Amino acid sequence: MAEIRIEALTKSFGDFTAVAGSNFTIRDGEFFVMLGPSGCGKTTTLRMIAGLEMPTSGRILLDGEDVTFNRASQRDIAFVFQLFALYPHMNVRQNISFPLRVQGVSRREVRARTEEVAKMLEIDNLLSRRVSGLAAGDRQRVALGRAIVRRAKAFLMDEPLGALDAEFRDRMCEELRLLHDRIGATTVYVTHDQIEAMAMADRICVMNKGEVLQIGVPMEVYERPATRFVAGFIGSPSMNFLPAQGGFQAGATAIRVNGASLAMPQAREGLAATDAVLGARPEHITIADEGPLRGRVFAVEYMGARQLVTVDTDAGRLRVRAPNTVRAKTGETVGLTFDAERLVVFDPVSDRAVRSALFEGDVVAEERA
Amino acid sequence: MSVAAYSVGEASPRQKLLAGVLVVAYALVTMIPLVWIVLTGFKSPPASISYPPQVLFEPTLEGYVNLFTTRSRQTPEYIESLGPAETWYDALVRERNMVITGKSRFAGRYMNSVIIGFGSTFLAVFLGTLAAYAFSRFKVPLKDDLMFFILSTRMMPPVAVAIPIYLMYRELGLSDTHLGMILLYTAVNLSLSVWLLKGFVDEIPREYEEAAVVDGYTRFQAFVKVVLPQMRAGIAATAIFCLIFAWNEYAFALLLTSGTAQTAPPFIPIIIGEGGLDWPAVAAGTTLFLVPVVVFTVLLRKQLLRGITFGAVRR
Ligand SMILES: Nc1ncnc2c1ncn2[C@@H]1O[C@H](COP(=O)(O)OP(=O)(O)OP(=O)(O)O)[C@@H](O)[C@H]1O
Ligand SMILES: [Mg+2]
Repeated sequence: MAEIRIEALTKSFGDFTAVAGSNFTIRDGEFFVMLGPSGCGKTTTLRMIAGLEMPTSGRILLDGEDVTFNRASQRDIAFVFQLFALYPHMNVRQNISFPLRVQGVSRREVRARTEEVAKMLEIDNLLSRRVSGLAAGDRQRVALGRAIVRRAKAFLMDEPLGALDAEFRDRMCEELRLLHDRIGATTVYVTHDQIEAMAMADRICVMNKGEVLQIGVPMEVYERPATRFVAGFIGSPSMNFLPAQGGFQAGATAIRVNGASLAMPQAREGLAATDAVLGARPEHITIADEGPLRGRVFAVEYMGARQLVTVDTDAGRLRVRAPNTVRAKTGETVGLTFDAERLVVFDPVSDRAVRSALFEGDVVAEERA
Repeated sequence: MSVAAYSVGEASPRQKLLAGVLVVAYALVTMIPLVWIVLTGFKSPPASISYPPQVLFEPTLEGYVNLFTTRSRQTPEYIESLGPAETWYDALVRERNMVITGKSRFAGRYMNSVIIGFGSTFLAVFLGTLAAYAFSRFKVPLKDDLMFFILSTRMMPPVAVAIPIYLMYRELGLSDTHLGMILLYTAVNLSLSVWLLKGFVDEIPREYEEAAVVDGYTRFQAFVKVVLPQMRAGIAATAIFCLIFAWNEYAFALLLTSGTAQTAPPFIPIIIGEGGLDWPAVAAGTTLFLVPVVVFTVLLRKQLLRGITFGAVRR
């Protein structure tokens, strides 16, 4: 079990910076998810933690010890690869016990620990099978077994569910989280799937273009996005962005959108720029007869309990998540009201969220280490 | 009229039959010279040159006896005076008014071929595996140029380098030595083995080694435990190609060896000269000469099939 501290970690490949000065701490026993679009540097960060890639600059501390330049084999970290990397010439038992066989553990203990892990993962009946014939889910379990059997300080997983089909993914998601709760090992989990991240994470670290944009509990990154990218990346359908008028002072409680004035959480800082971007999630907009913003219904998608209504307004196209009881017909003109406490304003230049009352209160306070 | 439907990929029974017949016919055509050689090895000298050629004949081991012995022609009276023949091969030879005077050099030459062929194959594959791994996994400066350089050693016809090598070997005392021939064949085969094996290493995902390294193994241990076992098919295919080359090589062997290290290929034609045109002996020598490569290939055929398709059907 260990705490992993990342300090100003940077990795460049020639001119290209894959990871740009990351700073964060993964707490002991935490399930830490790194989330971001393809190519944002998640794998690179993970590989640097594992010691498979040397950082261009910065430090990596494992339980306070600087391991930046330690070999991978000396870090006592387990890695689960996306395609599992099971050794095709070994059977399941040999695969799982592979890490133990280099540690000078006695034969009896190797046997005992391998079988214990296999039982835990419910693959003890497969121990003598060749890995090449296994179903994807079982391969996944063998890969996990190989990581668990070592009792390493931390688990690193690079999109371990990426190779599974959707239905199975949900189940493994759950199993993985349960397993983590049982073992309690520090886990760093990389994915580009926000639903996976939301479902499993203690904390999520959102990355884009090599930069860490926000770290927080799932609710926090969803409710209080630090940047426009985070707001847009997390949530499906994603947040609506409306052009709004900037130039307000700290303490402002309303913002002008297309002539209308919308109540918003009280700003704690001013915005000098004349333009601003207003973010509103589809579930924070309500269809009403009257409202500060009006528009024509462009499309209605029924989604069981809810419906997704697309409305064209003068300020742009908005998606609204409404209960099925709301009658909305394509072509009709409707009014829209906004949940004043949930709106986010973004600085259009830096794309950062403007500090406001939204960012205060009881969602676990974000800890920047 | 009924129209049978078959999926695009699958051949109809008719097509399968046709393909089978073609393959068998092709195999027969290519096998005929080989079969003829093997048969000739069991014929008596007169039968081997009779016209029309005999397909059915009484088999005899005369060719093999002649291959392994030297004989001299004697008068019947002298042979009579020797008393009854002690062994079956003595008897066989005496029928032609000859007596065995000693062992021929064939066994020695054959051993030379074995030592040089397998020795150079082992070295070429061993060095080739290490080099291929390094070229595949490490940042080697001028990697592409080096790989091309290695390949270019194959572009020269052997004749072009034969004389310089002959002179160098004489200077170094490597002429007509096992070591000299092993080194030479290794050098020639190395380009092939590095290129082939690099392809096989490239096919093995790095993740396997990375997984092993993360699990506490050193890079070398990871290579031995994880990479090598997965290269088996490639190594087998490469070894066979190297062995076939070293085993059959004629030009260098003719030029550089004459006695102690002479291999079978330059020796077998010499048999023709000894005591007339002894075709059964030549055929017997050729047959025995084929055996190791055939055995080696059969032993490794499973690996070979996977290896020669160059990874197309891996896993
Ligand atoms: N060895 C390398 N040489 C050059 N560029 C690299 C190398 N490894 C990664 N990159 C680049 O660094 C960037 C980040 O790669 P990384 O694999 O970390 O992304 P990722 O977030 O894991 O994406 P994905 O979701 O696609 O796996 C990519 O643009 C990639 O092309
Ligand atoms: Mg990746």
